[in-house]
Amino acid sequence: MLDVKDAVVRYGAITALHGISFNVEQGEIVALLGANGAGKSTTLRMLSGLHAPASGQILFEGEDVTRTKAHEFSKLGISHVPEGRRIFPQMSVEENLEMGAFNRRGSTSDDRDHMYETFPILKERRKQLGANLSGGEQQMLAIARALMARPRLLLLDEPSMGLAPMIVETIFGIIGEIRTAGTTVLVVEQNASQALRLADRGYVMENGRIVFGDLAKNLLHDERVRAVYLGESVES
Amino acid sequence: MGAFGHYLLAHLDTLKHEFWALFVGGVANGLLYGMIAVGYTLVYGVLRLINFAHSEIFMAGGFAGYFVMKALVGASAPSAFASVGLIVLGIVAGGVAGAVMAALLERVAYRTLRRRNAPRLAYLISAIGASYFLFNLAGKEFGHIAVSTPQPYINHAVFHIFGAPVLMYYIIILIAGVIMFIALDRLVAKTRLGRGIRAVAQDAETASLMGVNIDRTIAITFIVGGALGGAAGFLFAMGTGVVYTMGFVPALKAFTAAVLGGIGNLRGAMIGGLILGVFEGLCVVFVQAAYIDVVAFGILVLVLLVRPTGILGERLGRSA
Repeated sequence: MLDVKDAVVRYGAITALHGISFNVEQGEIVALLGANGAGKSTTLRMLSGLHAPASGQILFEGEDVTRTKAHEFSKLGISHVPEGRRIFPQMSVEENLEMGAFNRRGSTSDDRDHMYETFPILKERRKQLGANLSGGEQQMLAIARALMARPRLLLLDEPSMGLAPMIVETIFGIIGEIRTAGTTVLVVEQNASQALRLADRGYVMENGRIVFGDLAKNLLHDERVRAVYLGESVES
Repeated sequence: MGAFGHYLLAHLDTLKHEFWALFVGGVANGLLYGMIAVGYTLVYGVLRLINFAHSEIFMAGGFAGYFVMKALVGASAPSAFASVGLIVLGIVAGGVAGAVMAALLERVAYRTLRRRNAPRLAYLISAIGASYFLFNLAGKEFGHIAVSTPQPYINHAVFHIFGAPVLMYYIIILIAGVIMFIALDRLVAKTRLGRGIRAVAQDAETASLMGVNIDRTIAITFIVGGALGGAAGFLFAMGTGVVYTMGFVPALKAFTAAVLGGIGNLRGAMIGGLILGVFEGLCVVFVQAAYIDVVAFGILVLVLLVRPTGILGERLGRSA
């Protein structure tokens, strides 16, 4: 479904991604793991057009999207839930959801009702401003907003960031349901154990490179992963 | 009671007698300021920049309306029906000229700099440069002497409030201003286009992830603000005439109004315009007319010192 080949991303003189290659198959949940600054977010930002690669190629469903602009991705079927959720603070919950369907023609009220079923708390809060939601509510809204575009591939950047463990459980439960409903998921996470228990496969990034990738269940038991990323979270 | 007390009392007496006449004139001026001010506030909302070439958008609207009136208004007074048609035509001509000018400015003076991630100061210089270029060009092409616009209506007192005459000119400004402002307010609050503008104002990058074309939205924002500024230019030209430097003072006052109401806030721009217009109008009683601009820009300095976020603060993002 998604094929990344030798993608290089530079910020001015700094190279953030040194030619990464990976793929995501239809129906999978794939996790990108790694420390802060490893290039995980940059990878997602590249996949939704926020940073064009200096070289390399990105194929989505066989189509070359390497030079596609950010605002065109939602129409192609890729939705991005950005790091830090980035809810429109001065828009109501309902307006935020409508923003997710910005480029869709026709009525989107069925989708909105569906989101309210999936996330009942959003229905309760639908007239409130985004700025007044809790972190967990904002994360749910960010996911619901992205789903309003009916993506075939959902990019999730640190969905557990700053959330209480119970909320994180809920969010990861929802990510599982999204996949069951037919949307492929590429998730970036610092919470490696949680991500690997949910994902089918994972890639580990270091200093702008993918150092290895494997089935999630193998990574969970991989010495290198355990030492670096699961050291604490396995015990807790 | 000292001399100052007598001075104040005497002037308060004048104020009492002249209040409504000055108030009506002030509201009309204030509406014009507000219509120009929304252009500053819209552009500020999406770019966090003050478009210092907005004065030339106003000027373009003034000249466009002037030329249409010159071509169409005959020697005899037009019928009521023809009057309405001519005024609407003038507003449309001014609005279109303002919108075209705004679109050109965005393309030439702003987008080229955004492509290069230029520092903020570059935009300021570029806008001021464009402004000088445009008004000097207008001076060369249309002459350096002020000319009055042929009147498409008879400027009689339509009715009186508390003895003060309300002239046709003020009624035209009132109707046009209120319609345009309500339309703009609804456009930004309720339509898909308006949601796009607000999304870019709140978080441009995330807006692009939602599928909002940022370049297009910024251009449209300039065009919408330019249309109102251009229409205001025509309304102003009907009362005051046209000259190549006509944009400078009204636009600077509108900028004051935008800051007073809260830059980035649409309703604030309108409220700021009305307050400034009325305040200026009433000041005539207390200071010589020549000092009015001093008072207006004194307000700008005062607002910037005391409450830089203005009366309502920045919230273009909000729907209401």
